[in-house]
Amino acid sequence: MKEQLEKIESQAKQELSSCTEIKALDELRIKFLGKKGELTAILKQMGKLSAEERPVIGQLANKVRADIEEAISTKLAALKASAQSAKLAEERIDITLPGKHAPFGKLHPLTKVENEIREIFMGMGFEIADGPEIDDDYHVFEALNLPPDHPARDTQDTFYIENTNETILLRTQTSSVQVHVMENQKPPIRIISPGRVFRSDAVDATHSPLFHQIEGLVIDEGITMSDLKGTLEMLMKKLYGKDCKLRFRPHHFPFTEPSCEVDISCFNCGGKGCSMCKDEGYIELLGAGMVHPKVLENCGIDPEKYSGFAFGLGLERMVMGRYDINDLRLLYENDVRFLEQF
Amino acid sequence: MNLSMKWLGDYVKADMPIKDFCNALTMSGSKVECYEEEGKNISNVVVGKILSKGPHENADALFVCQVDIGAESPIQIVTNAKNVKEGDLVPVALDGAVLPEGKIKKCKMRGVESFGMFCGIETLGLTAHDFPYADPEGVFVIEEECVPGQDIHSAIGLDDTSVEFEITSNRPDCLSVIGLARETAATYDLPLTVKAPGFKGVDGDVNSYLKVDIHDAQACPRYCAGIVKNVKIGPSPRWMRERLRASGVRPINNFVDITNYVMLEYGQPMHAFDLRYVEGAHINVRRAQDGEKIMTLDGVERELTSEMLVIADEKKPVAVAGVMGGEYSGIMEDTNTVVFESAYFEPSQVRQTSKKLKLKSDASARYEKGVDPTISMTCLKRAFELVELLGAGEVVNTVIDCNKSDFKPSEVVFDSAWINNFLGTDISEDKMKEYLGRLEFTFKDGNVVAPAFRIDIGCKADIAEEVARIYGYNNIPSTDFRGVARAEFTEEQKFVRTLRNAAVALGGYEIATYSFVSPKYFDKIRLPQDSKLRNVVRIVNPLGEDTSVMRTSTIPSMLDVLSFNYNNRNEKACLFEISKEYIPASEEKPFINGNILANSGNEKHKYQYSLPDEPQRLTIGMYGGEADFYTLKGMVEQILDEMNIGDVEYVRAEDCQIFDEKCALHPGRSAVIIKDGVHIGIMGEVHPEVQETYEIGVKTYVAKLCIPEMMQLAAEKITYSPLPKFPATTRDLSLLVDNETPVADLEKAIKSAVGKILEKITLFDVYRSKEMIESGKKSVAYSISMRSHDGTLTDEQADGAMKRTLKALNAIGAELRG
Repeated sequence: MKEQLEKIESQAKQELSSCTEIKALDELRIKFLGKKGELTAILKQMGKLSAEERPVIGQLANKVRADIEEAISTKLAALKASAQSAKLAEERIDITLPGKHAPFGKLHPLTKVENEIREIFMGMGFEIADGPEIDDDYHVFEALNLPPDHPARDTQDTFYIENTNETILLRTQTSSVQVHVMENQKPPIRIISPGRVFRSDAVDATHSPLFHQIEGLVIDEGITMSDLKGTLEMLMKKLYGKDCKLRFRPHHFPFTEPSCEVDISCFNCGGKGCSMCKDEGYIELLGAGMVHPKVLENCGIDPEKYSGFAFGLGLERMVMGRYDINDLRLLYENDVRFLEQF
Repeated sequence: MNLSMKWLGDYVKADMPIKDFCNALTMSGSKVECYEEEGKNISNVVVGKILSKGPHENADALFVCQVDIGAESPIQIVTNAKNVKEGDLVPVALDGAVLPEGKIKKCKMRGVESFGMFCGIETLGLTAHDFPYADPEGVFVIEEECVPGQDIHSAIGLDDTSVEFEITSNRPDCLSVIGLARETAATYDLPLTVKAPGFKGVDGDVNSYLKVDIHDAQACPRYCAGIVKNVKIGPSPRWMRERLRASGVRPINNFVDITNYVMLEYGQPMHAFDLRYVEGAHINVRRAQDGEKIMTLDGVERELTSEMLVIADEKKPVAVAGVMGGEYSGIMEDTNTVVFESAYFEPSQVRQTSKKLKLKSDASARYEKGVDPTISMTCLKRAFELVELLGAGEVVNTVIDCNKSDFKPSEVVFDSAWINNFLGTDISEDKMKEYLGRLEFTFKDGNVVAPAFRIDIGCKADIAEEVARIYGYNNIPSTDFRGVARAEFTEEQKFVRTLRNAAVALGGYEIATYSFVSPKYFDKIRLPQDSKLRNVVRIVNPLGEDTSVMRTSTIPSMLDVLSFNYNNRNEKACLFEISKEYIPASEEKPFINGNILANSGNEKHKYQYSLPDEPQRLTIGMYGGEADFYTLKGMVEQILDEMNIGDVEYVRAEDCQIFDEKCALHPGRSAVIIKDGVHIGIMGEVHPEVQETYEIGVKTYVAKLCIPEMMQLAAEKITYSPLPKFPATTRDLSLLVDNETPVADLEKAIKSAVGKILEKITLFDVYRSKEMIESGKKSVAYSISMRSHDGTLTDEQADGAMKRTLKALNAIGAELRG
């Protein structure tokens, strides 16, 4: 009987080793361990054994059963694993085929950069003010210290609107929003105002009769030119990175005094001088200054008590610089092949 | 303003490297645009002396010359120039020379070696104005003092540097060499040397030649004049021509050149005219008479008005004051006696005249910004000094000075503490005084007094700017922004942001279009003649018709862009824009922009009129790909859903009275979107005629949604509904109905019949068999999902609801399909 058991074990192991399918493995289990299996058949003969032999053979039979069971489960795990990997191999796909897209559009590059600037200013506590695009002479010029005969009016070729009594025009600068805000709000004031402006410039690669500005205005007690510099430096470092340098250059705007133009170190050469910056190392970026006391007065704010600064950014210029766009017209043609790049 | 560095050197020692100079002046407020070193594109050109000129053995038209170029032995040059002879000094471009037109190399000309080339004035980039004696056709025979071998730059004075400044309108004093010399001296803290001009003159009484009367002292506070007799008209000397040329002014003759020279030097426009043509030898500075005429120097006859100031003799105007002289009183070849005028005209007077006549000159550009009111006489003397220097005539030693000026220099309180507080600096009072002193400001009784030429100074902030620009803007510290940062978007800004993001999420590409359009769009979108959209805000001075009216509808702008894309062969496009329409104020709706009028803080300025309304619109446009009416409608529905605008109705656009753009749409495939009686927008397929007009070859779809109306209707609050605890019961309904019945009617009936337990109606099929087509019917199939929050619905409840539903549907002509 002992020989029979050992034979079953070796036979089982041999058959297991040549088994390659999970189904065949199941059959083997039934064949050797099932109720009608070979091991059971032998165990049924246990009764014929002597009392001395019975525990010995019983122990042996249990060991054989355990061994076979373990061999089967090991084999099962191996077969499962190889079936799994065969399936995975079969399911292999070309992961370089294109993805399936849900429709998703794009923001216009002007909006993208404007949003970025809005966010930076919101973070510094600036609210966003809007004003009319079609406005009167008073808000666009006169209140901003540009009386009717001021020579600086020449530099802003204005579109006028047919109207009988008052001079109505398309605003040439978002600075008009300064006046609207100051007329309606007491200091402290801290706003930016992005929007469309209009000048009678024929269309070419760098000119458009319609473009966008972002006006900024801060009025409070004790606002200094240092604050203006700090604010603009912070803005530009956030937009163009920590290494960019600003240069403040004296200039003239009727609505600010002192006035300045602000240049940024050339994006191309970093300040050494190249063809892009006409060898200057800097590119003109925006106009700014301390709000002229006459402007404050015109808006009902006491210039002895309050001071402030204002600045105006040209959005198109920033967009073109940011994305290396060399022709302004592209922004208003709206070719899908252009729009999808942003 | 172009500045000759040589000229500048007369007043201040500006010998620093040119780049440093440009940078320093830029940073102190006189912006340098660029600079040009004269003759920089010329090298290896020297003076040559022609030793011999002989025939060429192979060519009759050529000559062979031996030329002394200051080297040990002469060189041989072949030329075709007939105007040179032995002994002439000429510019010689040597082998390897660079000229504006290119490089020169030695070569053989018809078999004879030539080691260089003679240059004409044009070859050197010059004109007859630079050297009037030179033969413009032939080789430049130099009459200047020079020696063979001398570099051409120094030989003919091509060694100046011209610096171009961008002078801002508040600093007309810098439109002059002396003005820029002052800035240079202040910037570098260098001494400035400007000598007071003087002239000897010949005895004579000016009053016996000329009488001057000012009739409008407000417009002309000062008029100085003098006489030069026995004039000799001719070219000015080389140094003067060179300086004029470097300043960008063309030399003409000695008298014209002197007036220009003084203007460039001092910034004071001068005028010289022939005494012969001053009738009655009497100058009257007076207002023109309406309709009076003058032929100005540019050869154009101009009609004057009484607002304009003229310089007149006893009968007629001889010049438009401060703008331009008359043609007939100009200096001619045979002029004998010249009147020099140096006057001060009130800036706005000159500006208005120049604007009205559409006539600008170097003189008007300076006068309208404001010249130094105190230098009229100085400049007259300077002109006479130059007349004598040039030997151009005899100056009568008495002059006329009609001076009614009450000019006082501006004074501002000097408050160094205020300046430091304003700038955020810590500059000592002494340092400030030093900076201001360098700029020729003086101090008196606690005030700072501006020099007469600084007409731009008027308040403390102006003084702060002067201090700041000499101190250096870039030396002012930068401070981090202080104070409480408190900011948020307004409701409208938030709404627009969400709207924009929704349009992008649904596949829209954002576009940007002009606010002004062509009035042709009215017809292009088939607007009826009496459409209110034809009432537009018109631009008086547009660039062209294409941009001459402010749009009253955003749809044509969208159609333009769709057309542009289609014609650029883009297969499909789905675009959107958030932008404004511009609606003129009207009697019924006198639009007052926001709250501006109500709250204007300024009593001085009262609003007596209304500005146009500028409502924001979301415009959507699409063609190609899957675009059809329902794609567009889906996008609109999803946007409205995102904006919390539920339960809107879609009504056929043809009956709509609100949106005239319906004419641009297919009558059977367009809808108006309405909620609670408010018209939110219009959408649909573009009318085939409009599609053709815009040259779009495929079906095109547009929608316009009104943002203010959307905001008004958007639900402010979203309330959460608990997730269902009990299962839903679903019933399908297949209906046969008149083809003309809109499904919206069926849905309305189902909704009210099922009542509270209705969870969702899903339309899953619309179908027409041949039979149905013949009988004018269609089949519509719904899946109706019902659910209660109180418990599982029983079959009886569900069946009851369906029974009610069928009854309601029958009432509107829908039957259960067998």
